Amino acid sequence: MGLDFSVVPEYAHFLWIGVVWTTVLTVSAALLAFFGGILFAMIVLYAPRLLAWPTRFFVWLFMGTPLLLQLYLIYFGLSQVGIDVPALVAGIVGLGLHFAVYNADVIRAGIVAVDPGQNEGARSLGLSRAQSFRYVIIPQAVRSVTPPLGNNLIALLKDSALVSVLGVAELVHASQLAISETYRPFEFYITAAALYYLLNLLLEAGLRAVERKVEATR
Amino acid sequence: MSDTMTRPATGGGKATRPMIEVKDAHKSFGAIEVLKGIDLSVERGQIVAIIGPSGSGKSTLLRSINHLESLDRGEIWLDGVQVNAPLTGKAFERHINAVRQRMGMVFQHFNLFPHLTVMENVTLAPRLLQGLSGEAVRARAEKLLDKVGLADKAEAYPSRLSGGQKQRVAIARALAMEPKVMLFDEATSALDPELVDEVNLVMKQLAQEHMTMLIVTHEMRFAGEVADRVLFMDGGVVVEEGPPDRIFTAPKAERTRAFLRKYLRD
Ligand SMILES: Nc1ncnc2c1ncn2[C@@H]1O[C@H](COP(=O)(O)OP(=O)(O)OP(=O)(O)O)[C@@H](O)[C@H]1O
Ligand SMILES: [Mg+2]
Repeated sequence: MGLDFSVVPEYAHFLWIGVVWTTVLTVSAALLAFFGGILFAMIVLYAPRLLAWPTRFFVWLFMGTPLLLQLYLIYFGLSQVGIDVPALVAGIVGLGLHFAVYNADVIRAGIVAVDPGQNEGARSLGLSRAQSFRYVIIPQAVRSVTPPLGNNLIALLKDSALVSVLGVAELVHASQLAISETYRPFEFYITAAALYYLLNLLLEAGLRAVERKVEATR
Repeated sequence: MSDTMTRPATGGGKATRPMIEVKDAHKSFGAIEVLKGIDLSVERGQIVAIIGPSGSGKSTLLRSINHLESLDRGEIWLDGVQVNAPLTGKAFERHINAVRQRMGMVFQHFNLFPHLTVMENVTLAPRLLQGLSGEAVRARAEKLLDKVGLADKAEAYPSRLSGGQKQRVAIARALAMEPKVMLFDEATSALDPELVDEVNLVMKQLAQEHMTMLIVTHEMRFAGEVADRVLFMDGGVVVEEGPPDRIFTAPKAERTRAFLRKYLRD
């Protein structure tokens, strides 16, 4: 039995819904991951130990365990103790926290990698700690951190497929729904793959534009 | 004779106090004592060169004056203000930021801000700290860049400059805060030999303008040319000090003689 993509257009609305939810998941989780990453990095680097150590433990925990398990824990685990989180919210929080932790690591490394002489140069002129951070350290860290953060974002888009297990009608789950009516897994999964690829292209184009902007001064 | 005795104190009401004064400075890194009780004073308009072997504590002393290192014991004074004042927390932070604005520091590795143009490097601190209009700051920076011979590089990024040009920008950047003193930590050590003179020239020009300067250097010839006083450090102490002629031609301490023999031979 050969491939027959003629069934796909009939179920295109399934796939469009999938694209929409994948986009919603990715954008929301990416925002959480970005700001969460900054927050965790600041805490790990600068907060008093009482706050920094638990955060480090949390970072280590999230890096060392599978995203799938984290999603189950947030959705089903919380539900067991009486906290019912909508699947979409659980997905956003799980994805967001998971990648916040990776982003935090990238951001921390990017800040630490700025030559200490830069801070000394700034402080010797009389700039405050905050001014040195704002005008000297951060702009340099932003450059080194932008490409790896972009890579994390691309990984996040692809890993958003895992949220299908919670029943969110993102691209993979939406394809499954179409397949359950048509019994055409190949056609729909291949179409879904193509759509992921397109989303990725868009994302990469966006990231390249951001990187160009960041690199503009040199 | 009696004339001398009745003569009023010089300077009228204003007591002449040193521009920089270091009293009994002690500093250890872990178990290693790097400064073992340094006393030093630099008068207004004076130029003092610090020489000494590697690891003798020259950089640590200079960095302590600017509070990039904090002393374990002793006092640092800048024009009658205690740099390492007995304050804590935010109060000390405010104090030290204000003090540092009056002290320019030039580093061996320039520490220019690579993400900013030459002009932005020079104007960043005055813009943030002195509340001047962009125009006033720019005019001042243009004058300074002209002075160090880099007026045409204002819009360049540091990565496009030679080492000598970078260091001249760093000097202009420090001068832009209109400091009372300038501290130089081996400003030419990282430079190719043919680029050393252009930086030395700028420093000599500052000397002619009576800028108070404390210069750590490995260049004995340059120290002899610009310094009013040379100070030889070894092992965390000032072994001897005096006018360059005397230090270089008739050093008293054996350690100084040994050091100079080695350096003048090289
Ligand atoms: N942050 C630091 N932590 C630990 N040890 C340090 C630190 N800074 C300096 N030292 C040590 O203190 C000693 C004095 O160093 P310092 O840089 O003041 O010497 P120096 O006279 O400037 O030498 P050089 O001519 O090589 O620049 C050295 O043994 C150095 O290893
Ligand atoms: Mg040194």
